[in-house]
This record gives sequence, C-alpha cells and structure tokens, in this order.
Amino acid sequence: MATARRFINRRPQRGSGLLLAAAPFVALILLYLIGSDMRLSANPGDKLLPAPSSFVEAISALALQADPRSGNYLFWTDTAASLLRLGLGVAIAALLGLVFGLAIGLFPYAGALLDPLMAVLSMIPPLAILPILFILFGLGELAKVVLIVIGIAPFLIRDVAFRARELPEELLIKAQTLGASSWQILLRVAGPMILPRLIGGIRLALGPAWLFLIAGEAIAATEGLGYRIFLVRRFLAMDVILPYVAWITLLAFLMDLALARWSRARFAWAAGR
Amino acid sequence: MSQITVEQLWKAYGDRSVLERINLEVASGSFVTLVGASGCGKTTFLRLLLGQEAPTRGRLLLDGAPLPAEPGPDRGIVFQRYSVYPHLSVLENVVLGLEFRAARWLGRLRGPARRQAFEAGEAMLAQVGLEAVRDAAPTALSGGMQQRLAIAQALILKPRILLLDEPFGALDPGIRADMHGLIRKLWHETRMTVFMVTHDISEAFALGSRILTFDKVRRDPHAPEAYGATVTYDLQGRHRLPLAEEAPPCAAA
Repeated sequence: MATARRFINRRPQRGSGLLLAAAPFVALILLYLIGSDMRLSANPGDKLLPAPSSFVEAISALALQADPRSGNYLFWTDTAASLLRLGLGVAIAALLGLVFGLAIGLFPYAGALLDPLMAVLSMIPPLAILPILFILFGLGELAKVVLIVIGIAPFLIRDVAFRARELPEELLIKAQTLGASSWQILLRVAGPMILPRLIGGIRLALGPAWLFLIAGEAIAATEGLGYRIFLVRRFLAMDVILPYVAWITLLAFLMDLALARWSRARFAWAAGR
Repeated sequence: MSQITVEQLWKAYGDRSVLERINLEVASGSFVTLVGASGCGKTTFLRLLLGQEAPTRGRLLLDGAPLPAEPGPDRGIVFQRYSVYPHLSVLENVVLGLEFRAARWLGRLRGPARRQAFEAGEAMLAQVGLEAVRDAAPTALSGGMQQRLAIAQALILKPRILLLDEPFGALDPGIRADMHGLIRKLWHETRMTVFMVTHDISEAFALGSRILTFDKVRRDPHAPEAYGATVTYDLQGRHRLPLAEEAPPCAAA
C-alpha cells in the first residue's frame, strides 16, 4: 500500500487552489444572505442586515444622484477627499522615511543623534495626540494629513534605516574604492538600492494609514469616506456603511496591488532577493 | 610606483590580538598572495591595506607616505561576494568609477562625457571578455562572470594597488583556471601591485610572485587569544625563505 504523502507536501492544483481561495468569500456572502433573509422575514423594517437591493439603492442615491443640498455626488466627493488626504499623508511620510531613514542608516552621526528619538517617537500612539493636532492645526485638512504622517513616518524611517544598515558592507566599501563621496554613495548606491525596500514598507504602512485617515475623518470633517460612515451611523444606515467599508477595502487592495506590480516592474533586480 | 612598506604592524580587537610584529617591504609590481589557516589574520591584513580598519600600532606606507585611513581610489578591491551592484547593468557597473570621478554632485555623466566614459567602459569589458553581456543585469551572470565584472569595475580607475579577498573562492575549478589566466594577463599589462588572499595554496603558488603565509608563532595555552599571527614564511616563486621557526597551525582550518 502506498503511504499517503505528508500534508506539508500536498499542494492544491491551480484549479482547486482558486476554488479554495474563493470558498471563504462565498461562505461569508452566503452566511450574510441567509442571516439577512431570516431577519427581514421576521421584521421587514430591520436595519441591521439589509438586503443586497438596499445596498444598490443607497449607493446609487449617493453615487449617481446629486445631493439636493450641496449639488455634489457625495460618494465621489467622499472618495476624492479621502484619497487626497491619504495620498498626501503617505507621500510625505515616504519622503521623510527615505530622507531620514537613509541619513540614520548611513551616517553614524545622524544615527547617534536621531536613533533614540525615533525609537521613542514611534512608541507614541498617534491617536492619543490627535486632540493636540486638532488644537494646533485646526479642524481643516492639515490636521488629518499630519495624523497620517505622524502615524506612519516613524515606522517608515526606522524601516529604511534598518534596511540601509543591512546593505552589504562590501558594496559601500567598493564604492569608496571607486572614489565615491558620501553624497555620491547616497545618490547612486544606497538610495537606489533602498527604493524597493521603501515601497515594501509603504505597502505595510497602508493599513495603518487608512486607520488614521478614518479616525481623523470620524472626528472632524465635512466629507470623506470615514466621515460618511460615522455620520450615517446615527441612522443605523448599514445599507451605506457596509458598501463604504467594501469600497475602502477595494481601494486599499488595489493600491497594494499597484505598488507591488510597479515595484516588480521597476525594480526587477530586487525581485530575486 | 606603488611600493608598500609595513613597519611593526600590530592589530588587536580589545584583548584579542590578531596580527603582531609584521615588517615587510613589497616592491612595486609584485603579485603577493597571502595564505594561512582560517582566522590567521590574512583578511585583517588586507583590510588594513584597504583602509577599512586602522592598525593598533605600527605604520603602513605607500611609496613612503602613510596610507589614507579610509578606502579610496588608489586601492581597488574585489570581494568574494557582493562585488557588483545589482541595480545597475553590467556596463553601468564598470562606468560607475568614471562617473564618480567626473560628476561630483550628480554622480552621473551626460552628453559627450557620458559617451566617452561608456566607450572606455566597453573597452574595459572587452578586456575581461564581457562585451557580449554589457546590457545584462549582473544578477543574470554566472559567478565567474560576476567576478570578471568586479575586476573590470575595480580596474577602470587604474588603482595603484589591487586587493583581492578570496575572489575565486566560490568558483568551479574550471572557471577558476580561466580567472587565473585573466588576472595574470591583467597584472602583466598594468604592472600594478596585487595582494590576494586565498585559501588555496596551489592558487597562491600559481599566481604569486611572492607568497606570504600567516600563522601564530607564540601561543599561551591559558590565553589563546593573547598573541596574534605574523608572517611565518616569505617565499619567492618556489624558493623557501623561512622567517620564523616551525609553528603549529593557529586554528583548525
């Protein structure tokens, strides 16, 4: 009798792999539909688990019809406002991460000066200082962007600094024997070699960045995906909240995918490492 | 000229002595191979020459002037691993030194200067037999080709001294023989001074005009790290010139 192979050696084939991947999603959707149906048959006015048709109605009202009060298509203005804040926050944090991370990782003096500070700063819970940001920067856009920057920049700075210190010493020494100055090493060797790592760091930071965005919008905003969710919460409007959550998830997923694709295309040399 | 003088060189890390009492005169144009058991300080000696480490005591002179305390373009290096830049193409790797020298702020040349540098780079690649792969990524090359590239990259600035840290240690024997031919040809053409660390005694004798062996001559059984290694044999070609009495090997290789 042939002995069955160990489970660690059994792999799903392509078709069954896709099936396995889809199974939990299908199960969750089915579970929701059954639950929704049970509640709605008991009480047609139930708001907790709305039917799929209510989602379509609620979102088409927000996305396809202008708001009578402001004349805006709220779903799209919310999306644009949130993406602008997120994009600004992440871009600024990435720039800070690259500049300070490389400085700390490459120059021992910068490391001695800033390493302990970064270790402490990165431990401050950003949401705890959110009130300070609103006091300092007011309730406008600035405070929400700054929250994202403060939330993820220390992580990115430390990540880049660690990665810069992991660069093979041989490559830095070799550059010196080729006559490179510190600045040239930064520009032609360490900087380019760190970029794919920075993109990896940004991908990991996207989750926290969304968290800080929604938190900032929930507290003080007049538009935005997080603002809308917390606004309609008062009316138990699950028919708006759930599609918004799904939309946010889709946006975050697409961003991650785009970064991964771009990194693989632009930094093919780093893929095998 | 690139004559190296070593005077009473000592190197210790805290209480741990690695090298002691090294005195040498190396004539310009020598091919010096450094052999010895693992942990016998031959790589440390190379690092001192490179400027990656500073001597604890003693002096290292290049044509009578102290060696700069950090790596520089007068001393080229080829390591065993991580010798080339994965984010640059083969040709860009070779041209890098020229770009560093000519473009102080951007580290990148433009226009005619760039064309000229890249032509010099292609000529250098032809010398090591890599002209066919100039646009490839170094990660796509075999180990032997990567080391050819690393040598071309180090030679383009015409360093006075070329340091080789077990450059062929990870290569197959056949490839290794090719590399020996290449490095001997380049040494004849450039007449630069070469220092090469190797584990392989036959390689040391095949290439070196002078062979230095490193070993410990003093040992204290109660403090095995109290004494460092020194040059125990200084051989020309195949003629032995013992400097010190026979000593047991300083570490299991």
